[in-house]
Order: sequence, then structure tokens, then C-alpha cells
Amino acid sequence: MSNLLLFPILIPLIVATILMLFPNKIKMQRLIALLGTIATLAASFFLIYKVFNDGIQVVTLGSWPAPFGISMVSDLLSGLLVATASLIVLFVVLYSFPTIGIKREQSYYYPAVLFLMAGVNGAFTTGDIFNLFVFVEVLLMASYMLISHGGERSQLRESIKYLLVNIISSALFVAAVALLYSVTGTLNMADLAVKIPQIENTAILTVIAVLFLVVFGFKAAIFPLYFWLPGSYHAPPMPILALFGALLTKVGVYAIMRTYTLFFTMNIGFTHELLAIIAILTILAGCVGALAYFDVKKIIIYNIIIAVGVILFGVSQMNEAGITGSILYLIHDMMIKAALFFLVGIVAVIFGTSNLRQMGGLIKTYPLLGWTYLVAAFGLAGIPPLSGFPGKLLVVQGGFEGPHFWGSIVILATSLIVLLSAVRIFIYAFWGEPVETRPLKKSAYRAMLIPSIILVAITVFFGVGAELFMPFVSDAAEVMLNPSLYIEAVFKE
Amino acid sequence: MEIIMSVVIGLLFMAAVYLMLSKSLIRIIIGTGLLSHGAHLLLLTMGGLGGNAPPVVADGVAVSDYADPLPQALILTAIVISFAVTSFFLVVAYRAYQELGTDNMELMKGTEDHE
Amino acid sequence: MKTNDVMLQTATKVVTFIILLFAVHIFFAGHYTPGGGFVGGLLTTSAIVLLMLAFGIRTVKKILPINYVVMTSVGLLVAIATAAASIVFDVPFFTHAYDYFDLPLFGETSLHSALLFDIGVYLVVVGVTMTIIQTIGEDE
Repeated sequence: MSNLLLFPILIPLIVATILMLFPNKIKMQRLIALLGTIATLAASFFLIYKVFNDGIQVVTLGSWPAPFGISMVSDLLSGLLVATASLIVLFVVLYSFPTIGIKREQSYYYPAVLFLMAGVNGAFTTGDIFNLFVFVEVLLMASYMLISHGGERSQLRESIKYLLVNIISSALFVAAVALLYSVTGTLNMADLAVKIPQIENTAILTVIAVLFLVVFGFKAAIFPLYFWLPGSYHAPPMPILALFGALLTKVGVYAIMRTYTLFFTMNIGFTHELLAIIAILTILAGCVGALAYFDVKKIIIYNIIIAVGVILFGVSQMNEAGITGSILYLIHDMMIKAALFFLVGIVAVIFGTSNLRQMGGLIKTYPLLGWTYLVAAFGLAGIPPLSGFPGKLLVVQGGFEGPHFWGSIVILATSLIVLLSAVRIFIYAFWGEPVETRPLKKSAYRAMLIPSIILVAITVFFGVGAELFMPFVSDAAEVMLNPSLYIEAVFKE
Repeated sequence: MEIIMSVVIGLLFMAAVYLMLSKSLIRIIIGTGLLSHGAHLLLLTMGGLGGNAPPVVADGVAVSDYADPLPQALILTAIVISFAVTSFFLVVAYRAYQELGTDNMELMKGTEDHE
Repeated sequence: MKTNDVMLQTATKVVTFIILLFAVHIFFAGHYTPGGGFVGGLLTTSAIVLLMLAFGIRTVKKILPINYVVMTSVGLLVAIATAAASIVFDVPFFTHAYDYFDLPLFGETSLHSALLFDIGVYLVVVGVTMTIIQTIGEDE
């Protein structure tokens, strides 16, 4: 079964295509979408098991040998991310049933979600830089559709800006690939890792590396390039927002992690220093936004930016603690962001607004929601033993071991701001004078709350049982620190 | 040849930036089209414009005479993608024009709650 | 406003078929020379669009009652199924098979599973472009 690693990409692709045939049968749509995501999740777990036992899985499309054909490579990092992404899509689908509305369900909502899933899983799996571009475009295309899905006024005006920013970054991506090809003569990532150290003129490679940082930075929302994110993510409805917040920026982060550990290592003194500085600035910028807004969506959206900074700071250290920590934190962040958006979405539905100033006193009527939110908020801030803690601890340790101890201090200090910003939602929405709420059907409330609680429970388990996951994560980090393992696996075929 | 191509790419990028900085939505879309044309041309040029022979092994053709097949394949993919994105952008722009009653980007600044 | 488009309509009746035939030619030419499903699909679309310009969208919808979204979906399924057939034979994804056959009328012909993939591409391209044009065009 050499093709196993393609299953997490193929299953959603085929299911999405089948779903396009009968948009109006909602029951069937829901059932098949659910089954498809469960099958994808099962395939990705099996893939992790296989990679953990048998080493890195490689398949070259069309049987063309490695540097000529497109390689799809699944090491533990990509396996873990594929599994986490599949898990989140499963919960987003579950959460969509009561929230997204029949009109949207009838206009190809589930196919779009599944196409996005195929693109994300493909981007995590591919071992070819141009193929990465193709998969990124697949997921962007699905995201264009989702962000304008439903065609509300605010969605349309934001989707135009979102489209424009992403088209420009895609054009830059093609330009960066062109320059890289002219210098190295290859686009296979493993082959790049072989060829780049042989090139003596590192200056041009450094320029290309920074260009790639700009390209992926647009997607990942790093410091000067995050400007589009808060506005665009504010527009779509909550399940779509949860999907975007959990997955889309993480593809950019993954691309930076992969390229900056595998082959852009010729001038670490400059590129990784730059990455560290940008990561810290990203954290600070995110903190300002998270404190400045009184809108629950905006607060969590700015927390996405903070998390991107923390992960990239870990990567920029290029030592074992930093990279292990950033992988742990990446997985944690994908799950906790989805969970927080789910919970905040319920709060917003109950009050009929996302403005914090018009909320209050929810703890008496919805106690379970309140306490779940508090657990998720503590998890976000990384209070031990919850899921953010081990990742952040290792990232900070990596900073102290490397040359950027000041970065670690900033991360520690900003943890408090993250906690404050998340708890502020708790204080305003759940404490204080009860405000008049919209009537919410018990069944709808339950249908929204149950997936959220399960997801929060999984994050708690991920934090408390971090020791269980450590072998997988440290194996993933080992491949990132020793590119030779990756190269050997690709050329062994 | 590479020099001429570089100048053309530069001109395309220049025109694209100029168009994208204007207020009218339709000009911006044309600008994005030119931008991706520039990027595609860059991809073609960067692959080297050396060979003329089709990249199929034949007798009596030196290796250096073959055209590089990879940039062509890459460009075809990129062209298809930018075709799809541009047409989607046009549809969204049209819908937005209907819904918002304007194609002026100046009037779309900020978010809804800042109005 | 009533315009006189007799010339366009008369020309269209002839030109459409030329374009469609050319599309078929280009589609099969893609086997060894420039051409293929994408270009063939675009040419077919242009023929249909010409019909729409000459006779109006409603008339064309009556003579070609095709749901283009379903067409896209079927095309995608054909393309994925061709590529995924390699999973059944346990060779890397996208591996194609080809052989030479003696067909009546054609003589010795090379048949390639990439042709099936191209049929899928053709259907997707026609489906997608027609969907786009219909969405904008119908909206009067």
C-alpha cells in the first residue's frame, strides 16, 4: 500500500465531488460529509501509525523517479498535522449542522469544506515546492468560496480584499519559485536540500529565502503582513471562521517550518534572526489587537496572530527544545482555536451580537458553557497542566538555550496578556448583570455545545497526556533537525 | 532575449501595480491579471530560453538544444489557476457591485462596524 | 431594445460547428502534440458562448439542457478515478498505462489511459466556464 499517504487527500476530494451531484438533499449531504471526514481521520491515524513504525512514507506521482516527478512525503510532522486538521474538520462539520443554516447547506457548503480539507492535507503532505503552490491554491479557492458564501454585504466587501491579498501573494509565490528554480534547477524539496549547500553564492539564496518568508508570511499572518486577517476573518459565519482560524494560517506556518528547517539553512545568522525578530513583533502586534477590541470574534482572531508568533519563534531557534515545542504548540493551537471559536460562537448566538459591551450574566443560565469556556481560555494561555503549557514551555526553553533569551521573556510576559484577553470575555459575558438574551432551542444549544465540549476535552487530554504524544513529536522534530533523514527517505525510492 | 524578457516582465509588474493602486474594482482585477502574467513570464524566463528542440529524446540533438519542459508545465498549471481565480474574482466583484452599489474601493474601507 | 442580428445568427450556424470540430481535433491532438482537454474544453465553451450571444441564453438553455455543475462533478470523478485506478494495481498514484492496438479503420493506434484523464479535464473545463458565464449572464 504505497499510496496510503494520499488517502487523507483523496477521500475528501472524492467525497466533495460526489456531494456536488445533489446539493438539495441536506440529510444525505450531512451524512456523507460526516462519513467522509471520519474516514479521512481514520486514514490519517493509520498513516501516523505506519510512519511511526516504518519510517517516512514517500510516493512519487506517476512513477517518475524522485527529483523529476512530484514526491509526496509523509513524515511525522506532516502526519500529525494532517490528523489534527482532519479532526478539526470533523468537528467543524458537526458544529455546522445546527449553525450554518439550510440556505448555505444547499449551496455547496460541505463540498467547499471538503475541498478545503483536501487542499490543507495536500499542502501538509507534498514534498515539492511547486506542488505546495498548487495545493495552497486549491485550499485558497475553497476558502474564497467559503468567505463569500451566503453573499452578505460584509462578507462580499471583505472577500474582495481577501481575494486581492491572496492573489498578490500567489503571484509572488510563482515569482519566488521561478527565482529558486533558476538558481538551483530543481523544485523537489529533498533535492533542494541536497543542491542548496553546494551553491557558493549564498547571497542570492538569502534573498530568495526572504522572498519565500514574505509569501508564506501573507498566508501565516506574520507581523507586517497580518493586516488583512482581522477584517477578513470577521466577516464569515462562525463555523467557517473556526475552520479558517484553525487551519489556514497554519498552512503558512507549516510551509515556513518546512522550508526554513529543510533547505533555507545556508545563512542562519541572517534568515533565522530575522524570523525570530518578526515572530516577536507578531506576538506584540497580536497582543495590542487582542486587548484593544471589545468584540469576541476580534479578540480570538488576534490570538491567532499571537500563536503564529510563538510557533515561529520556536522554529527560528533551530534547537531541539524550540522545534519540539513549536510542533506541540502548533497542534495545540489548531485545536484550541477551533474550540474557542465554537464556544464564542454559542455566546454570540445567545446574545445576538459579538460586542462584549452588550453581554453579561450568562453564568447563571448557561453554567456548563461558562466553565467549558474558562477551561479553554486557560488552555489557550498555557496554564499547566492544560494543552498550551508543554509547547510554550519548550519554546521558551529553546529561546533560553539559543541566542534570543529576550524573546522567551517576551513570550512569558505576553502569556499574561493572552490570559487577560481570553478571561476578559469570561468576565464580560458570564459575570455581571444579566442582559436580555435571545431564546435558544435546547436541542440547538446541545448540538452546538457537545462538539465544543468534546474538542475542549481532547485539548485537555493533549495537555495532561503530553507525555503520551512526546515520542511522536520528538520523532517529528528529529526529522526537522536532521534533513538527511528526509533526503534519504525521498531518494531511497 | 533574456534581457528583453526581463524588461517586459518589469513593464508588466509596473502596469499591474499602477492598476492595482487605482480605486475602480475592474482596474484592480485587470491589474491582478497582469501581475500573474508577469509572474508566469518570469517563470518561463528563469527556466532559461536556450533550447529549441522539443524535450523528447531524439538522435542527433545535443542535450543543450532541448527546451526545458518543466517551466512550461509549471506555467500551464499557474495559468489555469490564475484563470480560475480571475474568473471567480470577476463574479465576486459583480455580486459585490450589485449588493454594495459601488465599485469604488475607497468606499469599501474599514469594516462594517466602523461605518 | 430589438437589434438586427441576422448576420450574426447566420454566421453562427456555420461557425459553431467549425469551432466544435476544431475542439475535437485539438482534444485528440493533445495526445502527442500541443492541445488536450483544457484547450478543447475552452474551445467548446467558446462555441456555446457564441450561440448564446447570437440566440440568447434562454434558447441555448432549451436546446442544451445541461446542468453544468453536475458536468463538472462528473468530470472530476472521471479524472480522479483514472488517477486512482493505480491504487488498485498498487503502483504509485497517477501512473498511466498505454499500449498499441490494431483498430478497424484507424489501423495501429496507441491508446493511453491519460486520454480518460483528459476527458475528465475537458468536462471540468466546460462545466466550470459555463457555470461562471451563466451565473453572470443570467442575472439581468
